[in-house]
Amino acid sequence: MSYHADERGYYGEFGGAFIPEMLYPNCEELRQNYLQIMAEPSFQEEFHQLLKDYVGRPTPLYYAERLSKKYNTKIYLKREDLCHTGAHKVNNTIGQILMAKRLGKHRIIAETGAGQHGVATATVCALMGIECVVYMGEIDIARQAPNVARMKMLGAEVRPATSGSKTLKDATNEAIRDWINNPVDTHYIIGSVVGPHPYPDMVARFQSVISEEVKSQLLEKEGRENPDFVVACVGGGSNAAGAFYHFLDTPEVGIIAVEAAGKGIHSGESAATSALGKVGIIHGSKTLLMQTPDGQITEPYSISAGLDYPGVGPLHAHLYTSGRGEFISITDDEAMKAGLDLCKLEGIIPAIESSHALAIFKDRKFKENDVVVVNLSGRGDKDLQNYIDYFKL
Amino acid sequence: MNRIKQKLQGDKKILSIYFTAGYPALNDTVKIIQDLEKSGVDLIEIGLPFSDPLADGPTIQSSSTAALKNGMTTTLLFEQLKDIRKSVSIPLILMGYFNPVLQYGVEAFCQKCEEIGIDGLILPDLPLDVYQEEYETIFKKHGLINVFLITPQTSDARIKAIDDASEGFIYMVSSASTTGAKEGFGTEQASYFERIAGMKLKNPQIVGFGISNAQTFQQATAQTKGAIIGSAFIKHLTQNGVDGISSFVGQIR
Repeated sequence: MSYHADERGYYGEFGGAFIPEMLYPNCEELRQNYLQIMAEPSFQEEFHQLLKDYVGRPTPLYYAERLSKKYNTKIYLKREDLCHTGAHKVNNTIGQILMAKRLGKHRIIAETGAGQHGVATATVCALMGIECVVYMGEIDIARQAPNVARMKMLGAEVRPATSGSKTLKDATNEAIRDWINNPVDTHYIIGSVVGPHPYPDMVARFQSVISEEVKSQLLEKEGRENPDFVVACVGGGSNAAGAFYHFLDTPEVGIIAVEAAGKGIHSGESAATSALGKVGIIHGSKTLLMQTPDGQITEPYSISAGLDYPGVGPLHAHLYTSGRGEFISITDDEAMKAGLDLCKLEGIIPAIESSHALAIFKDRKFKENDVVVVNLSGRGDKDLQNYIDYFKL
Repeated sequence: MNRIKQKLQGDKKILSIYFTAGYPALNDTVKIIQDLEKSGVDLIEIGLPFSDPLADGPTIQSSSTAALKNGMTTTLLFEQLKDIRKSVSIPLILMGYFNPVLQYGVEAFCQKCEEIGIDGLILPDLPLDVYQEEYETIFKKHGLINVFLITPQTSDARIKAIDDASEGFIYMVSSASTTGAKEGFGTEQASYFERIAGMKLKNPQIVGFGISNAQTFQQATAQTKGAIIGSAFIKHLTQNGVDGISSFVGQIR
């Protein structure tokens, strides 16, 4: 059994392209071309050159000795926090901007929640000299001012999404509406493994450089390519998709996805989609999502802006329902403490998203000789104000 | 015979009106339908509100948000419509996004539509291939016509496939846009209308998006069977409430 997308973009029962006809030509153009373009030697060369020289790849696989000692197991951190722009997001935007160029597109649109994907998109648009419009919920614009400023400095136009709940899901709706209104010259850079086929598969492929590097780095350090476990946080799930990618069909590697429980799974303020979601359609994809019994999509909550998406990528929905992935949810408090813990033990300030992945060690025990790779998806600079407020620093 | 097919048989141009159920007030649904029929409208699209209507522009979005806030649900809409066939005889279509239908249960939803006397469904985000593989049998069992959309960007080959899969009519989206985004038609529409007319499709076409008054209604129906008004009618409801529906319809034709 394969856990990758089939040619129609399905992961088991999840995925597909549930899109209105207005989007069909755009998605179809992408679907017909993405694999072929990605396979072109010139594309691969340019992609890897930029990942190396511009993003700073390969990112280190760092053996966290003091953290390992504390939890009595072998913990490696995949340092995506050291990527240019501060998180794994840029792996995907580099790939997609090269894709857009080859498709002859002159204008880029993107959605963003906390602003990390918006910054990563504005960055590659500046790099390539392409017009960039980023949709961001009005509420997020107010609470993520530094990232809004970054996008503007990089030459992007930030357009407020004022519909619905005025956050990430509405920013995504607005970006999709823009694409409907500009079907010919515009490419939509989705920031996660969500949306209609081929996006989940395409984004996972661009992010798969993470697990590709883990394999060769682990071979060097441990004499084997496969860890016992890979751990990553999941909002939409792009860093997790990249970290799991080359291990999906290797059953001896345990896959652990960590979701945000917010103030507690049953508190009414949570983003733990696997626990709270039901099968439905969001942003053109059939997946698990948080919704009312009437099928209206509800607003999730997490202290981490990058994890509060009401759905989850179809790959992850499949990993959950098939049992291939182990899903753990972590509260705001647990994540914040684990984040501070990493600062003190290893001298690394993690993004709050990544802190969720780090927080599993308190209760989820591993064997002494287990090799556990945690994808440290981003750095915590963007979250300083949250850390300051939470710990009263 | 299905009321939609019957209605399409004559020479008359079809005027179809869309409104969002539960807007402006929760219990306006029946009155709006009755007044539209009395005013001479040929077909009504009753919108099932959705939290994330991604093909809709601001006007229909805000009517959906308001309807949900008013307390509209699928169950309540069916309750409101249960006696509608005692007073209304023109074709009625439910239009909405697929997720609420999926949550209600597709079979149960279609069953309920049949009981009430709904004639068709428009679910823009239910794609052609999924419909044919998973749901066509259920729709047909309950006598429901599924209406597909085409746009100026839809290829001839796909239009032919959609025509083959359709019965009733094809919803011809006039421009590459969300609802209510553009008013009126330009040269792009003229050549699109020309191209579709030249294809000699087996199903008649009814044009939607961009129609708001007598002039645009005439332009849209010059080479097609009819036209749909949505956002302009919602705006009318926002400004005037449920009074004066007949004067709105009267100024269209």
